Amino acid sequence: MTSPTMNLLLFAMLPYVALFVFFLGTIMRYRKAPFTYSSLSSQFLENNQHFWGLTALHYGIFAILMGHLMGLLIPRQVLLWNSRPLRLYVLEIFSLAFALMALVGFVGVIERRIRYPKARTVTTPADWIVESMLILQAAAGIYVAIFYPWGTSWYSTSAAPYLHSIFLFRPDISYLVTMPLIVKFHVVNGWLIVGFFPFTRLVHALVAPLPYLWRKPQLVRWYGIGILPVWPRRASGVRD
Amino acid sequence: MNVRSQVSMVFHLDKCIGCHTCSIACKNIWTDRKGTEYMWWNNVETKPGTGFPTRWEDQERYKGGWEKKNGDLELKSQNKSSALFNIFHNPNQPTLDDYYEPWTYDYQNLFNAPEGADQPTAKPISMVTGEYINVEAGPNWDDDLGGSPVYAQNDPNLESLTPQQREQLFATERLVFFYFPRICNHCLNPACVAACPSGALYKRGEDGIVLIDQKRCRGWRACVAACPYKKTYFNWSTGKSEKCILCFPRLETGQAPACFHSCVGRIRYLGVLLYDAARIEEVAKLPDDELIEGQRSLILDPFDPEVIAAARASGVHDSVIESAQKSPVYQFVKVWKLALPPHLEYRTFPMLFYVPPMSPVMASQDGGVIDHVSGDLFHDIEQSRVPVAYLAKLLGAGQENKVRYALRKQKAVRWYRRALTVGDVTMDVAKRMLAEADCSSDEAEAIYQLTSLCTFEDRFVIPPMHREEALQMMEDPLEHKANAGFGFVSAPHRGM
Ligand code: HEM
Ligand code: SF4
Repeated sequence: MTSPTMNLLLFAMLPYVALFVFFLGTIMRYRKAPFTYSSLSSQFLENNQHFWGLTALHYGIFAILMGHLMGLLIPRQVLLWNSRPLRLYVLEIFSLAFALMALVGFVGVIERRIRYPKARTVTTPADWIVESMLILQAAAGIYVAIFYPWGTSWYSTSAAPYLHSIFLFRPDISYLVTMPLIVKFHVVNGWLIVGFFPFTRLVHALVAPLPYLWRKPQLVRWYGIGILPVWPRRASGVRD
Repeated sequence: MNVRSQVSMVFHLDKCIGCHTCSIACKNIWTDRKGTEYMWWNNVETKPGTGFPTRWEDQERYKGGWEKKNGDLELKSQNKSSALFNIFHNPNQPTLDDYYEPWTYDYQNLFNAPEGADQPTAKPISMVTGEYINVEAGPNWDDDLGGSPVYAQNDPNLESLTPQQREQLFATERLVFFYFPRICNHCLNPACVAACPSGALYKRGEDGIVLIDQKRCRGWRACVAACPYKKTYFNWSTGKSEKCILCFPRLETGQAPACFHSCVGRIRYLGVLLYDAARIEEVAKLPDDELIEGQRSLILDPFDPEVIAAARASGVHDSVIESAQKSPVYQFVKVWKLALPPHLEYRTFPMLFYVPPMSPVMASQDGGVIDHVSGDLFHDIEQSRVPVAYLAKLLGAGQENKVRYALRKQKAVRWYRRALTVGDVTMDVAKRMLAEADCSSDEAEAIYQLTSLCTFEDRFVIPPMHREEALQMMEDPLEHKANAGFGFVSAPHRGM
């Protein structure tokens, strides 16, 4: 993972391949096979252990993704916040707690799928692969957080610029080449998850039903008007 | 007035023989696919009994339907924000154990078993895991078990009975049960639609059929928890929810739904009701004891010129208005007031109505003479083996007088016909009963006709569904040449 060409491949090429596959894959899948977009819930078949894994996983991963996003969008403000040690400790401890929660959740859901035969019957190869990748991702992240402090700060100074350079199509991998191996692994595995995303159950995250918060309770569809579009919610399809 | 039309239904419980033909017809057409084996869009329950899923009427546990909170109407299972916070794990979702684990048998063993001392058996195999299972419950485990301590005595409706009434109900010589066939009620204020975070469920504007858009459903399964009748089901294989579609492809081609068509007892009636959609919310907030009248007031008179004009203005087709005028459901529900909605206190406004069953006649035998006339002509309704309080809990939103009215009228019609054809009751007595039951002899004759002598065409007055006006019909068929058709072009397989 250290030769210059390897670095270039993994940190400058892979991201674009992953992002390209992500966008093309999710859009094509939504258009060609909308039926396959589902949470693929297994609560119906196994409801004893379900709560613990599923809630821990989601609340944990939401907080962590939010943190990654904030470091990416407002790195200055994060650094400013961290300029006082106490605030730094608070942020670090909360981040670590949510990361552990996510890890426990991921391990919990996969253990549940191994343990209960009914949950196993609705588990596909893609599930095993992507959930293993997520476990590795969370574990690597936690390792970095513990052994390379203070991640919330140096993310803003070195990881964020790298990601900026990728999204602005001026890839600059100088920030990464000197990083420890485990950090590199976290980055590469992250891009692999992004690329694999369209072929897994993870697509359910893209159809999160937020519009429910503002839509009317009852929906009616009429022959001549047809199916109401997703956006805008109160389109001509709804005549109430 | 915002007039809409609704394909509505009446089930005449006095005629149901509990043969389950309806359930089989439905299963063979719609739910014999993987993941749907456990679903019974149509099922027949024995009452008193626990039903399917077990004790579905216990809303303290299942949290189905609406409730009034601070003057507002809210789903019992969720509000808007809790729906999203609990989306990862729905605290109110029933699981396979509340229904049953579907199974088949290892028939091969009957042919392939090696020679031995015992006859080979076909062991049950789970249709979920494919492994051998011990069958402990099935969809009709309580069939005909009136009086049984495991089933009948755990019926949630028994709460409405006094301890004496309960004891009477289960006394050996009085034991009684009746059948309660159920499908989706295609409600006016469906809890399932209101619960769906994705907006995948909807009511069809033209006929009121409630459907789940399979392409929009994301398997959040909120509808399963929200429907108080437990008539949406989660397909564990495809990860989508499914429900009774009232055989709309059959209706659109002028045929009765399969369960209606196959009904041996001819208990099922289908026809259009016109209703005022503008008042649903207002009526849904009425107190419990005004709900039945409230729902009746939503249903409009299809002969009233004002209603006809408003219906036309709201876009209801003339042919549908005409169909509403011939609707047997209108007669049973609004004119005769014989048919009542199940558990209206859930406030979804079911559009499937039930004619309450008469109990078996209780005659006291006196020296070989059967005595059925006492001073009070309707005494056996008050003392009927199925207590009126029980039927009122099931069909009257707790209002005994509504059930009593329907039972008295049915009895009066019977005696009137008996005076005419058998002659062991005098016409005087029959006329007096009719008068007391708020029924004219013309009305009695009409009830008799539609109850006993009804033909296929009398029972099913299917409106023209005007599918030709659907959006798909505006598309150029040539564009779809060599395709698999409109709509789905791929098989509905589970996602990756
Ligand atoms: C954006 C909003 C999201 C919503 C509304 C959501 C909702 C759900 C639901 C309802 C399930 C099915 C639970 C069940 O079995 O009953 C599920 C499963 C799952 N979700 Fe999410 N999710 C979201 C985002 C995410 C994200 C961002 C990830 C990870 C990167 C994720 C990873 C998973 C995984 C791995 C499972 C399967 C767990 C198992 O093995 O059962 N979800 N999600
Ligand atoms: S009975 Fe049918 S329409 Fe009514 S809430 Fe249940 S699924 Fe929805």
